[in-house]
Parts: sequence; C-alpha cells; structure tokens
Amino acid sequence: MGDEEEKQQPRVLQMVRAEGSDKSCVTFVLHNEDHTLGNSLRYMIMKNPEVEFCGYSITHPSESKINFRVQTRGGLPAVEAFQKGLEDLMGVCQHVLSTFKASVEEYKTKNDETME
Amino acid sequence: MAAPGSVEEMRNRVVLGEFGVRNVHTTDFPGNYSGYNDAWDKQRFEKNFKVDMIHMDESTLEFDMVGIDAAIANAFRRILLAEVPTMAVEKVFVYNNTSIVQDEILAHRLGLIPICADPRLFEYKSEEDECDEINTLQFQLKIKCSRNPQAARESSDPNELYINHKVYSKHMEWVPLGSQADNMNANFRPVHDDILIAQLRPGQEIDVLMHCVKGIGKDHAKFSPVATASYRLLPEITLLQPVEGEAAERLKKCFSSGVIEIEEIKGKKVARVANARLDTFSREIFRHDDLKNLVHLARVRDHYIFSVESTGILPPDVLVSEAIKVLMGKCQRFLEELKSIQKK
Repeated sequence: MGDEEEKQQPRVLQMVRAEGSDKSCVTFVLHNEDHTLGNSLRYMIMKNPEVEFCGYSITHPSESKINFRVQTRGGLPAVEAFQKGLEDLMGVCQHVLSTFKASVEEYKTKNDETME
Repeated sequence: MAAPGSVEEMRNRVVLGEFGVRNVHTTDFPGNYSGYNDAWDKQRFEKNFKVDMIHMDESTLEFDMVGIDAAIANAFRRILLAEVPTMAVEKVFVYNNTSIVQDEILAHRLGLIPICADPRLFEYKSEEDECDEINTLQFQLKIKCSRNPQAARESSDPNELYINHKVYSKHMEWVPLGSQADNMNANFRPVHDDILIAQLRPGQEIDVLMHCVKGIGKDHAKFSPVATASYRLLPEITLLQPVEGEAAERLKKCFSSGVIEIEEIKGKKVARVANARLDTFSREIFRHDDLKNLVHLARVRDHYIFSVESTGILPPDVLVSEAIKVLMGKCQRFLEELKSIQKK
C-alpha cells in the first residue's frame, strides 16, 4: 500500500531512525537536494546549542539525494532542531533578500541622480 | 587586525601563510570557544549583515555581502549557476537541413543561444504535457542561400558572392502559440542578434522549428542564467613593520598595482597599504626572504565580494533576488513536508 502511494507521489523527505534509538537521533533523507541546501542547513542547525551533531553526505554522485543526520543532546527532538534550522534559514534568506533589494534601489536612485 | 595566532584571528580571518592556508573552516559554533556566545541570534545577524553595491549595469553586477557564512553565500552562488530557471531551445524539428552542419550539432548550437524571455511568465513542461502557450515558446529558422546576381565577376568575397550565406541568431523568428501574441506584449527573441549559427553555400538551406521550454542549469548548462557567478573574500594586508627605501619599491612590486603605495616621509620612501581589495594574492612576497616576515596576509571570513555576470536574459540584480527566493522555496518545501508527515 505504502509503495503504491510512493510511486504516485515522488518522495521529498524521509525520516530514518535506528532501532532502539530515541527521538534525539534522526537521519533525514532529502530527495533532489545537494550541497546547496545541505551545507547551508547544516550550518544553521549547528548554530543551535541543543544540537550535539549535524552532518550530511551525498550517498552517491548519481543519486540525487542527501542523508542528513541530526543528533541532539536529548532535551529537544531531532525533528524540532531540523525544523528550527529550516525556519532560521528561511529568516536569513528573507533578511538577505530585503537588504539586497533595498541596496539595489539605493544604488539605482544614486546613479540616476549623478546621471542628471 | 587581530593579533596573529589569537582566537579572534582564528574565528574571523582566513590566513595565507607561506606553506598553506590556515583557519579555512568556520569554527564559530556553540561549544567551540569559551567566552563566546555562538548560538544563532537573528537580531545580531540582522544588525551585522550588510549589502553594498559596487557596480551594476545591464549584464554585470558586483556587490559586497558582509556578515554571512560561507555555507549560505555559497548556496546563493550555486543556485545562481544551476537552479535559477530560464528558457532555452529544447526540441528542434528539422524539416530540411542541407548545410554542412549536422542536425544534432545544429540542434545543440541552437540550444545554447540565450533566448530573451522572462522565465517567470512560463511554467515547467513535463514529459506528458502538451505544448501550449504557457509552457512553450516557438521559434522558426528558415533560410536558404543563393548566388548574388549583382556580384562582380572577378569577386572572391563570399559576403559579396552569396546572399544569406551566414545564418545568424537574428534569423530566428518567434512564432506565437495560442494567445501568446495577444497576452504577452513582450517581444521574444534571442538576446544577441549576431551569433553565427551556420554558414551556407548556394542551394543549401535550413528549415527548422524550435520549441523552447523552461529549465534549470542542473539539467543542462544551456539553462544557466549566468555567464559566471563567483565570490572572493576581502583581502587584508597588514604591514607588521615599517618598510622603507629600496625594500618598499620591491614590496610594491610584489602585489597587484594599487595595493601598495609609496609615500615620501622626511625624504624617505615609506610603503603603505593603499587598497588591499585590489590584490589577487599572487604570493610573490614569499619569494623575498627579507620581506615575507614583514607582512601579514589574510582574508576577512565573512566579507564576500560577489560578481555576477548575466547572459542577458534577466538583469543580474533580478537573478540574485531569484536565487534567494529559490533557497527560500527549498526551505518552504521541506517545512511543509515536515508538517504533513507530523500530521500522519
């Protein structure tokens, strides 16, 4: 049943937990992702003091997925650290985008003035 | 400058030594340094983050991005190269091609021509989708070479002897699909008119129909919206001792022009770092045994000098904004996926 569902909808995210381990250790499988998201997300998650370990690997050059490991110190479930990482990264992007746009506008108006 | 070997230097500078580069990796993570609070702090990031435009025109952009980590700056660069979508020729229907350029080579050449069309107006086309006005742009290239009856008899110049013997990108004609002609007041065409596609001789002809679709550079380099997108870290050059006289002249020659300047102070020539930004770190200084210990070379870890060169499809500032949005889209996608998994 699960297989049929997976066939219809391409998988985006899977969570793998070793048998017997608690919620603090999870490997996420991110499909169709590479260093672009992997490394930036790893940085954001490692900035969280609750996180003991965070790393990723590209399983094989011809497979477009990454294994993304998150281990927390126990207080926080790994899923929440992962979610916080994504939210933080989103916040960074938002700020970078608005700052960048403001800077472009400023440059353009300044340039127009000197042209006149 | 932070004192050589200090914790400050380890955190904030990439040091270029004689035998290697030190402090390459980011180390400011919580738990690594006592006395520093390295946990993620949005306010602190927003206070320190800066973007400065240095130069911008239709096709190139140089700007400084300060106060961000390599992981994220590199994500923007990678997305610019491989994940910002554009339109490019994907299918070529060859009705006739009697030129010496083989069909598959011709199709490949046509694919690489940048097409001036805003990709945001289009949708991705999947394998099973029909071609329609929202996912496809159609171009026609129909050209035949003939002799020029007006050419002088003794002439040997092909430009004079033949008509239409050079096939340029300007010969590609947009063929509107469906309601494209009414809805989009844009004029779709190749970015450059003078890209030579093939050369013909009298009697040879090319008659092809092209379908452009939306795609990303990851799939094929022809979809990449940039000619190049790169960054470098801001150089920092510090003179540890005053350098005077002949040594100052030699020091100046070790760096790119404009980096070191020589001042006359009380009749003595004294070297001064004028503009470290211009340096390319040729490492020439390490060949001078008497000079190499007088300077300290480093790069500022969080100061990125981005340079983006567009292919002309979209202005470079739009490309950077789009790249940032692509990264946001990735985060959004996984956040939503996480939500739907947790619901189950």
